[in-house]
Amino acid sequence: MLMTKRQPTTSAIAAFMSSAQIDAVLGVCSKLKATAGPLIPILHAVQEQLGFVPHDAVPLIARELNLSIADVHGVLSFYHYFRKDPGGRHVVHLCRAEACQSVGATAVEAHAKRTLGIDFHGTTKDGAIRLEPVYCLGNCALGPSIMIDDQLHGRVSAQRFDELMQNARAAAGGEA
Amino acid sequence: MSPTKIYVSRDAAARSVGADDTARAILAEATRLGVDIELIRNGSRGLLWLEPLVEVATAGGRLAYGPVQPSDVEGLFAAGFTSGKEHALGHGMTEEIPYFRNQERLTFARVGVTDPRSIEDYINHGGYRGLKAALATEPAAIVAAVTAAGLRGRGGAAFPAGIKWKTVLGTTAAQKYVVCNADEGDSGTYSDRMVMEGDPFVLIEGMTIAGIATGATQGFIYLRWEYPDAHVALKSAIATAYEHHYLGEDIQGSGKRFDLEVRLGAGAYICGEETSLLESLEGKRGQIRFKPPLPAIQGLFGKPTVINNVITLASVPIILDRGAEHYQKFGMGRSRGTLPIQLTGNIKRGGLIEKAFGITLRELLYDYGGGSLSGRPIRAVQVGGPLGAYLPESQFDTKLDYEAFAEIKGMLGHGGIVVFDDTVDMAAQARYAMEFCAIESCGKCTPCRIGSTRGVEVIDRLIAGEDSTRQETILRDLCETMTYGSLCALGGLTPYPVLSAINHFPEDFVTPVRARVPA
Repeated sequence: MLMTKRQPTTSAIAAFMSSAQIDAVLGVCSKLKATAGPLIPILHAVQEQLGFVPHDAVPLIARELNLSIADVHGVLSFYHYFRKDPGGRHVVHLCRAEACQSVGATAVEAHAKRTLGIDFHGTTKDGAIRLEPVYCLGNCALGPSIMIDDQLHGRVSAQRFDELMQNARAAAGGEA
Repeated sequence: MSPTKIYVSRDAAARSVGADDTARAILAEATRLGVDIELIRNGSRGLLWLEPLVEVATAGGRLAYGPVQPSDVEGLFAAGFTSGKEHALGHGMTEEIPYFRNQERLTFARVGVTDPRSIEDYINHGGYRGLKAALATEPAAIVAAVTAAGLRGRGGAAFPAGIKWKTVLGTTAAQKYVVCNADEGDSGTYSDRMVMEGDPFVLIEGMTIAGIATGATQGFIYLRWEYPDAHVALKSAIATAYEHHYLGEDIQGSGKRFDLEVRLGAGAYICGEETSLLESLEGKRGQIRFKPPLPAIQGLFGKPTVINNVITLASVPIILDRGAEHYQKFGMGRSRGTLPIQLTGNIKRGGLIEKAFGITLRELLYDYGGGSLSGRPIRAVQVGGPLGAYLPESQFDTKLDYEAFAEIKGMLGHGGIVVFDDTVDMAAQARYAMEFCAIESCGKCTPCRIGSTRGVEVIDRLIAGEDSTRQETILRDLCETMTYGSLCALGGLTPYPVLSAINHFPEDFVTPVRARVPA
């Protein structure tokens, strides 16, 4: 039997996204889809605008790039940097790699998790801080290192970590 | 009188310890006192333990003060540092500090000296002379110069760059690419980052020369997301290079074209492996490819591709400018030229040391590094990133040379040295090596994907003292499977840190002795 495949509508694909989110995703796609190898730049741009890559953005991006949903999901899930859930006005990346370990990063990590009350990939109850692991920030002579949003910090002791978190909470900005 | 030039680095490492605040404090104090200064945000000199380093230009050269916190600024002005007066934080002439003076800076010649945003500064300090030489010669002669210089890939694999280039040059295609691997994921390394932030034009020039040498007209820099400052620096430098016709359709009136853009990675260590990187650039999962076909024949989008590390490409301009012979005379054996060494971890004077191959680890750790940061004895160093071996004190006389390291079952890799004092638990480090491999495995081959997870479990049982002899046998067998059965260096080299830890520090793996590790 001959089946006619009908493109589902945008609202059917992305039922759980706000219209602003849908517009953001479609805008990014139309801007970048002509570039060579556009998928990763598109995922970066979506995350930059929305703070994460919503689940429903996957079929939308797939349709726009003429890829399968599996292709897009496969790429999204492969890379550690892409966040699949919202949360965290500030994203704190804490280095777990060897050079930072050699100067006490493991203790800073334990302190961070305890004082924030979250594990990696979690967000504090007040929504201010999201904690993520990272494997090297390229600041290996001045560890332990963390990155708060785009700003690198070196020689981060437990006490310094607390100060930085306090400053981050006081600051308005960060990702939505 | 012209204003006094004061330099405060904009390098991410300097900024990580407060260089921006220091720079602001200097400007504010100068304004308050009515002192006429010109503040320049340079790259880092690589004397990282002195960051934030402040330099003052004098007739005799630049004077170093550091580390300078905002609270020190008032005192520095009061002491008259803008006219080169002494202060407790002073170190004399920057270039006379032994750590700096004893280096052989070829690739890093301008890093920390110039303003990385100024193409005029770049050109005034010898920039674009390599490109000029390249434009005046034939592609085959450029490739021959890179080959004769003995330049080997500085990313870690140490493959001769000239051979890659020759293959691309000799392959006919409508489109060829130059890809720069700036996915510097090894812990203990930042030389790529420092070049990109401190002298981005040298990378652009090196890539342009690679394009002209091989007939490639499009370049990509694949940069890890963890380097936002480098991203800003590269984008700005690329835009400036276009404005000045050092990139684009007619480079300096030569009729040659080369376009360049930066692409961001997304947190995958494996994308530092060249074929994974190419997959990622194409918008796919960063899974490694089988070789052959070589990227030089079928690389990005199936086209012939030169793919080299940042330092490799940034070393090309000086080879073209000063000649292959000049570069080649540095080094030892088959390791020619210089290596930007990164001295990191638990070390008193961490930084960037560019030296000819042949210096020993001991010289680096004690003469340059001054011993551990904690003041405790150095017990182990890991050279070559997370896939490099842990070396005990008995191997500190090893010379930094690709072959010498291969002989002791180690790896020089990208030139990162991570120092650990005697509080390190080597069983925990071995376990971490397996854990890291499990987190970062691309999943394509079984020894790496499954072996790393099994490796963590076996080490856990070994440490717990469950039939230790048997667990050690299993671990060694597993390491052999990973070494010989993995498709790429991630699975293939993870046994290096694991086996070196257990071979050189067996006492850490024996249960009762684990109490040995000092608190």
